[in-house]
Amino acid sequence: MTMGSDPNVAARNQKKGSDPFLWVRRNLFSGWKNTLATLVIVTLLWKLALPFLDWALVKAVWWSPDASSCRKAGAGACWALIADKHRFMLFGTYPYDAQWRPALASLIFVVLYVVSAIRACWRPWLALVWLGGLAAIGVLMWGGVFGLRYVENERWGGLALTLLLATFGIALAFPLSILLALGRRSTMPVIHWLAIGYIELIRGVPLISLLFMASVMLPLFLPEGVSIDKLLRAQIAMILFAAAYLAEVVRGGLQAIPRGQYEAAQALGLSYWKMMGFIILPQALRISIPPLVNTFIAFFKDTSLVLIIGLFDLLTTIKVSLTEPKWSGYGVEAYLFAAAVYFIFCFAMSRYSQALEASLAAAQSRAPAKEAA
Amino acid sequence: MQLSLRDARFRALVFQVVALGAVLAALAYLVSNTVTNLEARKIASGFGFLAREAGFAIGETTFIAYNAADTYLRALAVGLANTFRVALLGVVLATIVGTIVGLARLSPNWLVSRLATLYVEVLRNVPLLVQLFFWYAMISENLPGPRAALKPLPGVFLSNRGIALPTLVTESAHAWIFGAFVLGLLLAWRIAVWARRRQARTGRQFHAFWAGLAISLGLPLVVFVGAGAPFELQVPALAGFNFSGGATLTPEFAALLAGLTIYTAAFVAEIVRAGVLAVQRGQFEAANALGLHRGLTMRLVVLPQALRVIVPPLTSQYLNLTKNSSLAVAIGYPDIVSIANTAINQTGQAIEGIAIIMAVYLTISLSISAFMNWYNKRIALVER
Repeated sequence: MTMGSDPNVAARNQKKGSDPFLWVRRNLFSGWKNTLATLVIVTLLWKLALPFLDWALVKAVWWSPDASSCRKAGAGACWALIADKHRFMLFGTYPYDAQWRPALASLIFVVLYVVSAIRACWRPWLALVWLGGLAAIGVLMWGGVFGLRYVENERWGGLALTLLLATFGIALAFPLSILLALGRRSTMPVIHWLAIGYIELIRGVPLISLLFMASVMLPLFLPEGVSIDKLLRAQIAMILFAAAYLAEVVRGGLQAIPRGQYEAAQALGLSYWKMMGFIILPQALRISIPPLVNTFIAFFKDTSLVLIIGLFDLLTTIKVSLTEPKWSGYGVEAYLFAAAVYFIFCFAMSRYSQALEASLAAAQSRAPAKEAA
Repeated sequence: MQLSLRDARFRALVFQVVALGAVLAALAYLVSNTVTNLEARKIASGFGFLAREAGFAIGETTFIAYNAADTYLRALAVGLANTFRVALLGVVLATIVGTIVGLARLSPNWLVSRLATLYVEVLRNVPLLVQLFFWYAMISENLPGPRAALKPLPGVFLSNRGIALPTLVTESAHAWIFGAFVLGLLLAWRIAVWARRRQARTGRQFHAFWAGLAISLGLPLVVFVGAGAPFELQVPALAGFNFSGGATLTPEFAALLAGLTIYTAAFVAEIVRAGVLAVQRGQFEAANALGLHRGLTMRLVVLPQALRVIVPPLTSQYLNLTKNSSLAVAIGYPDIVSIANTAINQTGQAIEGIAIIMAVYLTISLSISAFMNWYNKRIALVER
């Protein structure tokens, strides 16, 4: 079977055999086209991947506080930049001796993500765990109580700020998005068109324009004497942005619920809100979880755009580290580090979403046949 | 109709009136605040500033000549042209790269499919902005200066000043060659129509594709040879500290194009793969059973079904690429957002500037969605 003619067969052929020689023959050297492809790729890897590993690992400079070893001829990647500036990269201008607080806050975020990922924890008490966790994060970041020094949010930065923007953005956008999705499916024309107008308007423009709007136009919208700080303005823009995208995901879930569910709920005499709250939304949201996680990944990546309006998120702190004269010219190393941090978070979430999708699909297929819209 | 809140229709009416009223009231409140604030800050609103002299230089222009003495309107037009240039090239390249990677993921060769998977997983899980900075740092910091420029192909120079490419020295004969190409395409189209009609009438087949290919490429070739094969390249040459002659892609443009292409290609690859996998095995077998050979199976059975799955998400990726080109502002490529941003900073006309940006992108988005809806209707499954 040649490449591209029948992928299903191709996928099956790729199964591992027990005999390694048989496996190599079947997967790398079956036919002249396959052999040629294997040889070309091995040559390319030899020419490109080996020098890269040489640069990134063998000749790399791991420790050099004044960057002198990096400047020597023949030196490879200058990871010393990360070693020297990692505190600033991760925590921004947060007071140095209090940086355990954003570190602990970031850890709480990760714990909250992990707990929410476990299906056994999808219980009402999870909401309380989130409330408690977010409150603890607020206390840690701001301080001012329990003997913690007050730190104004202009000084927050780095990874903690990225996690903060992403998590609060999605958490606060979610209720709004459910209302928007219900509005879009509403039979009342005014509500229907208002929801469509909002969703399409936000989805039609780039996030940058919304962030610009938040940073230069929002102050004009407010009555005199009222001002909101930069971080909150950006957060509001991100919530409004995320709500439109999440609304489309929720709408997808709503559309997949068969009509009979609505009719049965109405036959029982449930009101609109009871029908939605007890019958439709629990089912719709459950099937929307994998695409919701994907939206969260996209949103997590998009938080890096706050760099453009001058907030100190992870990418900004990394970029600012390069302005120090001794580290200038090591952008490739710095951005590889940034890429690695973002990758760890996004890849873990995308793997989780795939696994969840598979297990939910398996659960669905055991249920009586349903018509998917 | 009884006017009672127990009546569903009356309740719906009240609810809609209240919702509309609340939205309008909120808008009125924001507008009145804005007007008061603008008066307090003595900012004149309106688009009058567009006719004023911009007074800033733009690093690179597409088709539209520009200098600092031109108006803001012209500067914005240059920005829009730059946005279209990078978006169109990005869409074409991302489709090509994405299709290759997507098909490679389905390859029976273990190395090929694993490398393609690695490409997709790594690139779609790293923010585009990080990738743009990475490519920009690669070009501006790590490539050698013009004197020691890399030469991957003869006449092509890679340096920290960008990519210098050879250009064709245009002659009048080239216009004729292009004309011959267009004529060839028209003829090929006529042949295809004729062949389809004849096949429908008589059942006899005609290799319309190959005939069309031969005509649309053959005609220009005949003109080319007939005109004495005019082919001269203007190769960039080092002059002082930079290249002159040929065409130069600036580091900003090159980084933006590379970043957008490589990032979007990862998403396109997944779409292509899903589209091909969506065609059921039975379809291949049925086509084989009907005696269709492989090319016809692909063209008549697999592609029409795969495209129905591929095209809608693909268009939304094109739209994403266009919106993502607004990140140009972060690496200093003068696209529409970057120019509007400069105009906002110089004139203080924030509302107008942002309105222009939003209007531009909304127009693009809505036209693409309108096309999408039309296309979806055209290819929708006609079920019993």
